[in-house]
Amino acid sequence: MEEPLPERGVILRAAVGIGLYALAFGASVGAFAVGSGLTVAQTMVLSVVMFTGASQFAFVGVAASGGSPFAALLASLLLGVRNAFYGVPVSEILHPRGLARLWTAHFVIDETTAMAISQSSPRARRYAFWATGLILFSLWQLGNFAGAMVGRAVNPSDIGLDAAAPAVFLALLWPGLRRRAARWVALGGAVVALALVPVAPPGIPVVAAAGVALVAGLLPQREPAEQSEEREVT
Amino acid sequence: MTSLWLAVVLAAVGCYLLKLAGVSLPESILNHPKVQRVAQFLPVAMLSALVAVELFDGGRRYALDWRILAGVTAGVIALLLRRGFLVVFLVAIGVTALLRLIT
Repeated sequence: MEEPLPERGVILRAAVGIGLYALAFGASVGAFAVGSGLTVAQTMVLSVVMFTGASQFAFVGVAASGGSPFAALLASLLLGVRNAFYGVPVSEILHPRGLARLWTAHFVIDETTAMAISQSSPRARRYAFWATGLILFSLWQLGNFAGAMVGRAVNPSDIGLDAAAPAVFLALLWPGLRRRAARWVALGGAVVALALVPVAPPGIPVVAAAGVALVAGLLPQREPAEQSEEREVT
Repeated sequence: MTSLWLAVVLAAVGCYLLKLAGVSLPESILNHPKVQRVAQFLPVAMLSALVAVELFDGGRRYALDWRILAGVTAGVIALLLRRGFLVVFLVAIGVTALLRLIT
């Protein structure tokens, strides 16, 4: 028997919090999708198989605003590209092999990645990934289905749910901002994305922010003091 | 199969394949220190971009709903007070909903 993970309770509470958010956000996605003309079956295929909120929201949003189904397809894929990048830190944490890749891959999303990387030990990172992934997946399906059922009856903005996405992404980002270099990267990502909003198709500004991480990561490291700063905090 | 169904299926499978590609990269690439640094920075840059876009993207132009901004600011205060995830979420949507109700 391994000794109990000290952070278990903290991680589970955070994962349940994310799950409850997923329930509410999933309900708004489901309601939005059905209200935009998707069937309940289509909504649930997006929920179960796509299983990445921003891409689902982008798909429905483009379809709802009169874009062709294939513009919606492109927008959702472009937003989904970031999940491929999340595969890099997730692989380092979980080292999935063979068939395990097939189901591990499905859970590689913003929330699971952010929860995993913000833990301080390898065991806590693995635990955070799976606890968040499984709780979120279950409640996400439930939320999408409930939202699809309620359909047009729910207006997400009436209950402030349109503030949920930025607030939640910020909460996920927060622990990563303890490092000074990361704060510059966060600022750079936001600036690049905002600069592209008027000129690029939906999804591109967020994907382009990856370029900031690429540049920052490839720059020669010139702050050896930062390592100790990081250890001190975590 | 309608074109909407086709797009739904292709988009869903495509998003899964992107995730699969991410976890199928060779270990030799993943172990490179520069790749590790890039990997650490990627979620930071993209989550930050998502926050910015969710707040200010009005569909190829800038738009801001001050009620959402106020809700998210309240969420930031909750974060600064070291509140948990659900509290931040509830504070943000609660403040936004309340402001929308009274204005």
